[in-house]
Amino acid sequence: MEDRIGVFVCHCGINIAATVDVQAAVEAARTYPGVVHAEDYQYMCSDPGQKMIRERIKEKGLNGVVVASCSPNLHEVTFRNAVGQAGLNPYRCEIANIREHCSWIHTNRSQATRKAVRIIEAVVEKVKLNEELTPLALPMTKRVLVIGGGIAGIQASLDMGNAGYEVILVERESSIGGHMAQLSETFPTLDCSQCILTPKMVAVGHHPNIKLYTYAEVAEVSGYVGNFQVKIRKKPGYVDFDKCIGCGICMEKCPVEVPSEFEEGLTKRKAIYIPFPQAVPAKAVIDAAHCLYFQTGKCRICEKLCPTGAIDYEQEDVIVEEEVGAIVVATGYQLYGMERIGEYGGGRYENVINGLQFERLLSASGPTEGEVRRPSDGQVPKRVAFISCVGSRDSELHKPYCSKVCCMYLAKHAMLYKHRVPDGQPIVFYIDVRSDGKGYEEFVQRAQEEDQVTYIRGKVSKIYANNGELVVLAADTLSGKPLEVRCDLVVLGMAIISSPGIEDLVRKLKIGVDVYGFLTEAHPKLRPMETLTPGIFLAGCGQAPRDIPDTVAQASGAAAKVLELFSQEELYHDPIVATVDEDLCSGCGLCISLCPYDAREMEVQEGKKIAQVNEVKCEGCGSCVAGCPSGASQQRNFRDEQLLKMAEAILSSEDRVG
Amino acid sequence: MRILYYPGCTLKTTAKNFEESAIAALRVLDVELVELKRWNCCGTVYSLASDDLIHKLAPVRNLIRVKEEGGSRVLTLCSMCYNTLKRANSFFREDKEAGEKMNQFMDREENYTGDVEVLHILELLRDEVGFAAISQKVQAALGQLRVAPYYGCLLLRPREIAIDDPENPTLLERLFASLGIEAVDFPYRNECCGAYQTVDQVDLVVERTYKMVNMARNNGANLIATSCPLCQFNLETRQEDVQDKYADFVQMPVVYFTQIMGAALGVREKELRFDLNRYQASELIYGR
Repeated sequence: MEDRIGVFVCHCGINIAATVDVQAAVEAARTYPGVVHAEDYQYMCSDPGQKMIRERIKEKGLNGVVVASCSPNLHEVTFRNAVGQAGLNPYRCEIANIREHCSWIHTNRSQATRKAVRIIEAVVEKVKLNEELTPLALPMTKRVLVIGGGIAGIQASLDMGNAGYEVILVERESSIGGHMAQLSETFPTLDCSQCILTPKMVAVGHHPNIKLYTYAEVAEVSGYVGNFQVKIRKKPGYVDFDKCIGCGICMEKCPVEVPSEFEEGLTKRKAIYIPFPQAVPAKAVIDAAHCLYFQTGKCRICEKLCPTGAIDYEQEDVIVEEEVGAIVVATGYQLYGMERIGEYGGGRYENVINGLQFERLLSASGPTEGEVRRPSDGQVPKRVAFISCVGSRDSELHKPYCSKVCCMYLAKHAMLYKHRVPDGQPIVFYIDVRSDGKGYEEFVQRAQEEDQVTYIRGKVSKIYANNGELVVLAADTLSGKPLEVRCDLVVLGMAIISSPGIEDLVRKLKIGVDVYGFLTEAHPKLRPMETLTPGIFLAGCGQAPRDIPDTVAQASGAAAKVLELFSQEELYHDPIVATVDEDLCSGCGLCISLCPYDAREMEVQEGKKIAQVNEVKCEGCGSCVAGCPSGASQQRNFRDEQLLKMAEAILSSEDRVG
Repeated sequence: MRILYYPGCTLKTTAKNFEESAIAALRVLDVELVELKRWNCCGTVYSLASDDLIHKLAPVRNLIRVKEEGGSRVLTLCSMCYNTLKRANSFFREDKEAGEKMNQFMDREENYTGDVEVLHILELLRDEVGFAAISQKVQAALGQLRVAPYYGCLLLRPREIAIDDPENPTLLERLFASLGIEAVDFPYRNECCGAYQTVDQVDLVVERTYKMVNMARNNGANLIATSCPLCQFNLETRQEDVQDKYADFVQMPVVYFTQIMGAALGVREKELRFDLNRYQASELIYGR
């Protein structure tokens, strides 16, 4: 077949054109062997740009297309679709990345132009040998797994359940609700968190399409988009959930007291407990690490008292298997530990508390029934310091990122404290106040003006206890004076970090995390709810710190992505996968050990071992291709001969532009 | 255990009580300090200018002395000596070019490569002697003492050479616990003593001393223990000026931690040189 390749060079506004001489690149491409047409346009991805490509394919009888533009991550799909509409096999279209790989990283125009031409020529060589491919069709299980039952997981589950799909919601605690269930009132409108959350929790509990596994964890995930097999480990709570009616008699009589996780250690729970009265499901579990019976072999009071005989000390781990087509990861956050901040007492002072603890003090259902009383002696604090950026925005010692919600919740804390203690004095210490949401800046203004919250710009250098008070050493950087403020209570706006155990979960899911342990999205702007593993989506603080409105929006977005996936009859899998040349394969099995997707499997044909490719599982990463000692493994459209031709073009001694 | 030891000037002059008590206390713990045969000034204040190599020569020369005596590490008592030797050594290790230049300048010395380890006595006690071993050697019950442990800055700053968590140090507290002595909560334990401001801004140091001693007392302490001769000087000597300024001020003895350690380990009182301290701690310790 004669090569009739068209090269389309994009200016990308000035992103490319400012550094690369687009005209010169077009001229060079036009005379390259196999190229029959070359042309430039300001925005090739726009409608007129795509139209231009479609028309030229027909006019010039092109059988291959190279678009010299941005990264294929961005618009490969766009241009392949355009090419397909013109009747050409989409896999005969390739992107030459002259933006991220060239114009953005260079400043010398003539050198950048020479490099861009080389990149284009190399990709022309690749397209010449590209096969025409068709995506592989495969069936799909239209059920979805949601990991994490906080507000993100709840919202995503409800959206998808309401759309008619079966949802499996796995929560590691014994109740759904997450951190939002702990909050008092929420900024910027001060709705009661319980009032807006608990109806959703109840809706999840009763939803015919939502199957809830609480006190359970994802143990194992295998398979691929549309066809995941998930093993869920139901932890032994030593209570038969089918029999437990949540009456709470066991909790009343249990003799063991343990700091309550839900109350952030401000009060006690029993060894058998329901974490909070509004729990969904309202089922008790036994904390075996503290239960007298498990520790000493004596007690069993709960068993004697349970009216339904739900206590079962013999319970063990139960593994249940579920098949799903998509997964939403909504694992949430935890607060950075106060013990990491030595200068603020390192968690040693009872009256230095974190934001979630103060939420509990403000909450009508909290340990003080909403009265602000400090933990050490139950006194009403008359002066309270609220410190922002504790552990956040500290690249030297702690986390360099902004935790996003602290400015707002500290303003809310100070405001609510003032409402509860009108003669009290709230002081917020800040670096700067970030209030970039709808109604947020007005809210902060209101705290300052209507509720007379004192805002002091400056970092706190030290907190220490003295005569039952806390002394806060700080600098007022606006007046340039050192300050020593005596307070009764200090609330630290601790950094938000990823949930415990996230490293373990991402290994099971084969998705990525960044250096801080936050889940990595496929693209920070255009694909914020997807991971790079098809069929796995993200919602909530597991991806990055965010507030409730953003979390709910992202959760609904992730749900929409799942619905988009489920709207298809069957799935199409990218055909750019590994292949094996059976004549060359020696059956050494190296590829099997290298494959991260379990896509290579040994097969014996007439006594000869051959490492076959499961094309559905193969993600085309190329590990086996690179590792194959005999060259039997090849990647479609990235065959060795193609790569060698590309290398030749890149390394050619002949420069075709000045 | 025998270990080479760099005393520095102060321990031979105004802080003899530090040196003598440390040597005696360590002897009880089977640690023998072998003083370097030759040594010079530690440099006193570490120069912060990265190209100011001449000021880094003094500490490095001392490290060369250690090599000459066949040593691979050297112990210091004085916080300031620890700080300058340790930092000059780190600088030498990290900036190869500067190190080469310094070697060329010191052309009569053996070339130095940064391979000597600088150790503070508190590190040795924690990591090599061990608190458990120390508590087994305790001879005298000093339960009447309420010590405010004072670290100052030089053992903790900069963070890279800190012997403990600079924001929340616990090393002295743990040492005292192993000696059966209570350490009180002393939030100013890592605040600045005023350092050399004591020369030309006496009042600044007087104010700091007033605050610190009062806090120690308010938190229940009857004694302040330090590891730095400059801190010791400021906190102790400036109490006289404090007294002149604030009539209600009550003085408090400020001793080296090694003096208390020696007392607990049964070292003879004479060797601990409480006579060199301005405010007598012997009554507290020995009940007379």
